[in-house]
Amino acid sequence: MSIYRWQLGNTLSVLHRATGAALALGLAALSYWLSALAGGRESYDAAVSSFGSPFGLLLLIGWTFAFAYHLLNGVRHLFWDAGLGFERRQRHVSGWFAVLGAFILTLCVWGLVWHGARP
Amino acid sequence: MSLRSPLGRVLGTGSAKDGTAHWWAQRVSAVALIPLTVWFCCALLALPALDYGTVRDWLALPTNGLLAVLLVAALAYHSYLGTAVIIEDYVHGTGMKLFWLLLLRFLYVVFSGSSIFAILRIAFGPGSP
Repeated sequence: MSIYRWQLGNTLSVLHRATGAALALGLAALSYWLSALAGGRESYDAAVSSFGSPFGLLLLIGWTFAFAYHLLNGVRHLFWDAGLGFERRQRHVSGWFAVLGAFILTLCVWGLVWHGARP
Repeated sequence: MSLRSPLGRVLGTGSAKDGTAHWWAQRVSAVALIPLTVWFCCALLALPALDYGTVRDWLALPTNGLLAVLLVAALAYHSYLGTAVIIEDYVHGTGMKLFWLLLLRFLYVVFSGSSIFAILRIAFGPGSP
């Protein structure tokens, strides 16, 4: 592994797999949330308070970024599968678009959440 | 000189016996997940609050319940395909690889099954108390 130089292409590829693995754990959290919702008010409130704890919020914000990046970079992969966007410049532009887009989407989502949470 | 039989060359499946099925399933589920995940995030963000009554009433609507079931199914399938590749890449030894792949498959069935069961309980159960 150490013979490879870290550059944009392979870093983003590793990040795609890492965010995918993180989102797999998010699926377990989604399952817990849905089961708590079906279980009734008490179990739902317990789930909300664990997701609302500092550690829970950290996980949720992390999953938001992981989802946004995996979505944008996944679209990039789908374009490649169609044979498009392979030029060096296109790869760099779309790669940075996925990273910056993921940060911006994460900020937008949590901006909306905090905006909505205010009375 | 190739040692492969003419039939083997025509079928073109190599030693793994199936070549493109996994690749295609990963892409098809990815395409399905684009609208489903965007719908789920936007719908939750559009709710006035995320308290028990609001969320439960929202998910109890037939369209939302159906889309949520489809979302969980596509997510679990796509995620299973992806994590299985990670195990195939990094877990070595036939026994350990088989063990982790089986465990992974059971976990996905349990989590997706319980998620879908929860959505159906809300869809067909009594309204929020």
